[in-house]
Amino acid sequence: MTTPYTLVDKNILITGASSGIGRAIAILCSRMGAKCCITGRNAERLEDTLSQMQGDGHQAIVADLLNEEDRAVLVNALPKLDGVVQNAGVGSRVPCKFVTQTDIDQVFTINTFSPILLQKELMQGKKLSAGASVVFISSMAVKYPSVGNAIYSASKGAIQAYAQVLALELAPRKIRVNCVCPAMIWTDLVTADGIDKDDLIKDQAKYPLGRYGSPEDVADLVGFILSPASSWMTGSCVELTGGGNEL
Amino acid sequence: MDIKEFVQTFAQQFEDTDPAEITADTEFRELDEWSSLTGMCIMAMAKTQYGKIITGKELKECETVKDVFDLISSK
Ligand SMILES: NC(=O)c1ccc[n+]([C@@H]2O[C@H](COP(=O)([O-])OP(=O)(O)OC[C@H]3O[C@@H](n4cnc5c(N)ncnc54)[C@H](OP(=O)(O)O)[C@@H]3O)[C@@H](O)[C@H]2O)c1
Repeated sequence: MTTPYTLVDKNILITGASSGIGRAIAILCSRMGAKCCITGRNAERLEDTLSQMQGDGHQAIVADLLNEEDRAVLVNALPKLDGVVQNAGVGSRVPCKFVTQTDIDQVFTINTFSPILLQKELMQGKKLSAGASVVFISSMAVKYPSVGNAIYSASKGAIQAYAQVLALELAPRKIRVNCVCPAMIWTDLVTADGIDKDDLIKDQAKYPLGRYGSPEDVADLVGFILSPASSWMTGSCVELTGGGNEL
Repeated sequence: MDIKEFVQTFAQQFEDTDPAEITADTEFRELDEWSSLTGMCIMAMAKTQYGKIITGKELKECETVKDVFDLISSK
């Protein structure tokens, strides 16, 4: 019996696969039968991801997505893709009163500008197969304001708005574009910027399901959106929250 | 960095608290205006004014303004 919940022989690009959510997505895609191209700046951690993946034919390409030349090398090395996961990103917590141009640049360049440019380069390079699925990892931060999160929330809001237009432009080729919006997920990102992990451990109890999400929780949803099981889904922003209604 | 100047800079992070109310010995969490946002502003102040990174956990261990001064000085 066949099922549409499969990625057998699909070529999938996953950015930010050297850590956290991207790593979990790469591992899941490999288990679903995909051939993955994984990318990130840290070669060692990329290799670590690769070593946890199932099946052969995967490739790891080291690239700084802020660097135009690195992106060109990456795009050139890619086969025609059936799926793209734009996941690389950084967090940031700065009160509005203290925001500097550097804070804005650090966040927007990787969370917003480079995914937009990489997407364009993939399209110009004719790397997207008809019927492909593109997933942007946005965040519930767009909808749930929390103090200190202004620049991060804005960067994700921008990519969400962009993705909805991209969905329209790619619909004629039956290429689907969706965003996944996780609430708090246990990765290095949430404990960066001096946040106290003990506070987060206490805080996760306020989620109705009693905990923050795991990278695998996000991967399971992304696997579905990449697969033919979601063929009629495009332009959506899917919320993944453990029932929580704040960050 | 001297403590007198530090207390003034610390006090500037508050909008509606009389700076005269804030001294080196003030237990800042007892101030009406204190919130998690003020805490974030203190961390941002450490970074922008003094070029020092302090974490939420370290700040939590401080009770008085002087404790924060000592924390930043120790960096
Ligand atoms: N954790 C959460 O609670 C949460 C919630 C909602 C959304 N998200 C989003 O999920 C995505 C993944 O985050 P995560 O939580 O898994 O964080 P993470 O563990 O810190 O992973 C971030 C990934 O992005 C890559 N990256 C960062 N800057 C890069 C650059 N300039 N070029 C290439 N790759 C770069 C990193 O790889 P290298 O360091 O190897 O370059 C790493 O693989 C982000 O977009 C984040 O905003 C996270």
